[in-house]
Parts: sequence; C-alpha cells; structure tokens
Amino acid sequence: MIVTWTGGSTRPGAPRSAVLLPYPAGMTRATAIEVADVAKSFRVPGQGGVSAADRLRHPLRKAPGRTLSVLDGVSFDVAEGEFFGVVGRNGSGKSTLLKLLASIYRADRGRIRLAGQLAPFIELGVGFHPELVARDNVVLNGVMMGLTPTEARRRFEEIVAFAGLEEYTDLKLKNYSSGMKVRLGFSVMAHVDADVLLIDEVLAVGDAAFQEKCGEVFRRLHAEGKTILLVTHSMPLIEGYCDRAMLIHDGVVHQIGDPHEVASRYLELNFLEGAGSSGDPAAAALRERGELPARIAELVVEGESGAAVAVAEGAPLELSGTVEILHPLERPGFFVEIQTEQRRKVFTSPVWELRDSAGRVEPGDRLRVRATIDNRLTAGGYLLKCGVAEEGADGDPVLHSAPWFARFDVTGPNRSEALVTLEHEVDLRREPVAEVVER
Amino acid sequence: MTSTAGDSAQTGETGPELREIRGPSAFGGERKRFFELLWLTSLTEFRIRYIGSSLGYAWTLLRPLLFFGVIFVVLRQLIGFGANIENFAAMLILNIILFQYFSDATNRAVRSVSARENMVRKMQFPRIVIPLSVSLTAGFTLLLNLVAGFVLIVATGVSPSPTWLLLPFVLLALVVLTTGVSLILSVAFIRSEDVAQIWNLISRMLFYLTPILYPIELVPEQLRSIVTLNPLAPIFVQAREWVIDPGAPSAVAAGGGLAGVAIPLLLLAAIAVVGVWLFEREAPRVAEAL
Repeated sequence: MIVTWTGGSTRPGAPRSAVLLPYPAGMTRATAIEVADVAKSFRVPGQGGVSAADRLRHPLRKAPGRTLSVLDGVSFDVAEGEFFGVVGRNGSGKSTLLKLLASIYRADRGRIRLAGQLAPFIELGVGFHPELVARDNVVLNGVMMGLTPTEARRRFEEIVAFAGLEEYTDLKLKNYSSGMKVRLGFSVMAHVDADVLLIDEVLAVGDAAFQEKCGEVFRRLHAEGKTILLVTHSMPLIEGYCDRAMLIHDGVVHQIGDPHEVASRYLELNFLEGAGSSGDPAAAALRERGELPARIAELVVEGESGAAVAVAEGAPLELSGTVEILHPLERPGFFVEIQTEQRRKVFTSPVWELRDSAGRVEPGDRLRVRATIDNRLTAGGYLLKCGVAEEGADGDPVLHSAPWFARFDVTGPNRSEALVTLEHEVDLRREPVAEVVER
Repeated sequence: MTSTAGDSAQTGETGPELREIRGPSAFGGERKRFFELLWLTSLTEFRIRYIGSSLGYAWTLLRPLLFFGVIFVVLRQLIGFGANIENFAAMLILNIILFQYFSDATNRAVRSVSARENMVRKMQFPRIVIPLSVSLTAGFTLLLNLVAGFVLIVATGVSPSPTWLLLPFVLLALVVLTTGVSLILSVAFIRSEDVAQIWNLISRMLFYLTPILYPIELVPEQLRSIVTLNPLAPIFVQAREWVIDPGAPSAVAAGGGLAGVAIPLLLLAAIAVVGVWLFEREAPRVAEAL
C-alpha cells in the first residue's frame, strides 16, 4: 500500500483515532465549546517609566504603552466528547485562548460559550499551599476545581492512591518533591467531575511512567465522554489522542482538522522560523524573505497496511518522491532523519548530493528521489523527516525546502524499551567441571 | 469546524446547554460553590496561621493583651488619664480587640489578591473569595479574642447585662465596614503599590481619631460632630454603651441626634457598596493587571 502525503491540504477520511470515539459515527453531537470571532489584546507598558513629576501632575493617566494583539478573530467549535488539540508556537496565543475559555481573562470581542461544568488545568498544583498537608491541599484544590468539599474528602484516598503517595499524606506540601506535587496535582485533575477539561501542557513534566499514566487518564476521560481541549507542543500527543486539532499562528487560526495534518503543518512552520544559515548566498537571501528554493511535490513511503504507514520489524523503509525547484540552487541534496515520538534523533543521514555532475539546478527542474533505509528499529511509533538540503557548516543539514514529516509505525510481536535491534551473538555454555577438581 | 450546531441544546438533545463565558468575575457562577470555597479558604488560612508557630493562637490573643497592658499603664498610671471613666480598663480591652480586627483584616487584604497572583492567573474561581476570606479569617480570630476579652471584662468588674446580646449588631457593622474597605484596598493595590503604605498610615491615624483610647464624651462639643462622622465611631461608641457602661452615651446621643448616626452609617454602607462594585468592575482585569 502506498501512502502519499500532500502538504497541508485536507485529506478526506475518518480520523485515525476513530477507535477512541465514544459516540457512534454519524450521530450528531452537541457543541461543548463554541468560540466565535474572539479577539484579545494586552497593554504592554512602554519603555522608560513615567517621571515622578508627571505622575503627580497626572495621577490618573495610564502609563504609556502599546497594545499587543494576541488573538484576532479566532473561531472554532468543539463537539461534546471530542478530544481537541491546540498547537502553536510560543507566543501564538494558544495559552491566552485557554485562559479566555477558563474565565481568567475576558475577551475584547467575540463570544465564547461552554456547555457543562468546566475544569481548567493551566498548571498542575498551582493552588497547593506549601504549609498544608496533602489531605487539606487535595480538598482545597478539588473544591477549586468544582468538587464539593464532601466529594473532595470522599475521593481523597482514591486521588492519593492514584498519585502513588499513600505514605506521604501527612507530609506538608513544602516537603514534597516537585515530581510528587505534579503527580498529586494531576491526580486531582483526573478525579474531577467536569464535563469540559482545559489542559495546558501539563504533561511536559514527569518521567516516562508518569507520562504513560497521563495517557491512560486521557483515554479514560475521553472514553467517559468528557470534552477535552489540550494545548500542547507535543505532536505525538496531538496525533495519538486528538480527534481534531487546531493550529494557531500569530493569533489567528491557521488550520483546523485532522491531527496529523495539523501536526505536520506545525512542524513546517516551526522549521521555517528556526532555520540555520545557508552556504548558498542566493538561498540565504530567499530564506530572509521567507521563501525556499525547493519544494517536495510528492513523497511516498512504502508501508504495508492501511492508512497509517506500518513497516514490519526488520523490513527496510523505502521512500520515493519528486522535488520541484523554484529558484536556482548550487548544490541541492537530500537528507532523511528518523526520530522517536519523544523527538529524539535515532538516525540522520548525510546530505546526499545530486548525482548529476553539473550540480546546479534551475527553476522548473524536477528531481526524483529514492531512499532505502535499513530498519533496525524496535516496534513503536516514529517520525520520519526529510528535505532538500545542503551540508551546513556545523554538519547539520541546512534545508532548502520545507521539511516533510511523516509518522510511521514499526510493527512487531513485542514492544521493547530499547530503540534498536542490533545484529549480535551471545555464547553461553557450561564450564567443564571435571578438570577443576584436580589439584 | 464541525457541522454540529450550537442549537442542539434547544432541540432537546441530552447534555448541558451552552452558556456564555464573559470572563472572570468577582462572584463566579454558582452561589453554593462560592460559599464553600470562601469557607474552606478562610478556615484553611486560619489554620495555617496558627499551626505554623509554636505558640499558635496564643499570639493573636497576646498581642491585644500586651498592647492593652502598655496603654493602660501609660494612660492610667503615668499620665493619670481615665480615673473618672467607668470601667476604663474594660473599655480599652474591648476597643482594642475590635480595632485589631479592623486593622489586621484591612492591612492583610491590601496585598491579598496580588500575593495570590499565581492562582489568579492560572485558576478559575470567584476572585472576591480572596479578600473576603482575609476578612473572614480575621473574623475567626476576633470571635476567639472576644471570648477571652469577655472573661477579662468580667474580671475587671463589669457585670454581664442583657444588652451584651446586642453586640452582634455592632459586630455586623464592623464586619461590613472592614470588608468594604478590604475590597477597595485589594483592588487599589493592583493599580498602585503605594496603597499599602498609605493605608498603613491611615489605619494608624484612625486608631487615634476613633474613640478607642478615650470615651466620646471627652471630645469637645465642637469637634464631636466631626469625630463621629468616621464610620468607625458609632461602632465603638455603641459597643461601649451595650457592653461596658450602660451610662455611657449611645451612638445616637454622641452623634447629636439621628442624623449624627445616619451619616456615618450611610458612609459605612456606601463604602461596602463601592467596595463590591469596584471589585466586580475590576475582577475581569485583575489577572492581566498583575
């Protein structure tokens, strides 16, 4: 089966996480979150203060400053029971959006409507008081999140057990490690009776085991039919849990739809802003203007089954595609990189240069690329990144095209903590006993 | 965007109805949750304050008592003031306990919202709970101090009287005034941190301008109408008449007629109303202004 990626365009078809949906497909669902044309700006104090004399003369005048528009005309709906992801670079306005939904800020314009009880989780354990023991904190935090005091007390054992902190309930929070605090905070969140949960990046903390647990909770809450709006930088989370996702960029909605498409669009945007310097002056000039000399027109990965690209353990990964040249390039090359879902690089190829000895390409040229990558990865999800590039000064590829990101799963009978399977040989045998007895 | 429309709630489908979110507010949505939260926060705050130190609650009681002791010795023994005043010691005890509540609550309330910046910026809850819980926490202390205070008052020779039962009215007025002032201060502090210094000064001045150390009848006639404009004045005057000395002038007598009480009481009510109104008005912007 061949899968073709087509940039940020919309691909029809059911979301891949359809299994998680608690409602049968086709059934109309009520709207849980409705955001219509919401705008928000903040006043930023200007540089240089106001002199004391000025202050005395005009005590009521506001300090000079400018207005910074953070969100401008954002609209979207989230259906009841939906797991909705919001991604965006730092400063894109996604946290502000969350705070507007959570009634922490007031919108300047537009309308926000919510159905049911809301529980925002902007930061875990933010309401914890260091001088109080876990029990009091859990009750206080639970009530803040909308539980009744009786309910919060009743659930205390459960909450503490879930956090794995049964032995520390009489310890003041100031004596908790930061990890323990986060676990407790998350556990309170997991036991709150809200219909709509707003979650901001809380999973950025904690070890692998904790993250695993968070995943379980997300799945459970989702299965229970709760509406979840998750703001995150983590593409695996977006792709792994969300029914739909939204990309916010510079305060406007860039894209809403399939999580995989939103995720790759986000990664593209991210790349464009953080690119390194190019050795090719023409390419560097283009980059300054936000343009790139090459474009990957098509890229195909040979997988084995279904819509999700799956590769059997040990089977080589093969990809082929076409590159369009938009501006002249001196020495175009191509590179491939594999990352884990946690965005750790597993493999980076060198930049493979064009076989053509002339090297230089002109607008309108089309290049054909084929790659075969030995696959020693253990079963699990991975990200494939590739792009047109040249070798940078520090050895890292400098891209001449937007990178392509694709997710693929290596399938195998057993999941392993290890990342790769290496060719190896072990020889274990019994030592002959008889000779040792001789003296 | 989904095709599911917001009007599904009207078509009788299950699930809660959409309601508009208008940003943060002073009181928040549900009344029940508001009171639960207020009660829990105040109780917690109260416990934290007294669990932390080894002497605990004793400190709160010791403060007015030591203060009373010094003032009593200075005024009575050194200056010779108060010899002709009926139950002077008892009056001082009661007045100091009452004023300590006002001063403590308001001075703590000034920074209260700003001190919980992290919570205000990251959690959703009725904002007004913060200054109100300061007032309520101080109220718990006031009640405990009053119990001890009454023991001492009786010990100084004041005999219990049925008018003691009227004290809650005085306390109510005091609590309303204190809370109103607290609300105004907590909002004002976000605009300018000078408010803390200014209030500290004003509350000290009020201590001397209110008939606390001296009975109202010692204030010269021509000044009395000015002194009794202070909303704190009728509270202390009336507390004295009801609790300490039935022969002392009532708030009405001290104010020179009904108008003399009505004005400070209207002022008191105005402060409370303005406090709530101001807080309500500023609540949506509190998180941004911090």
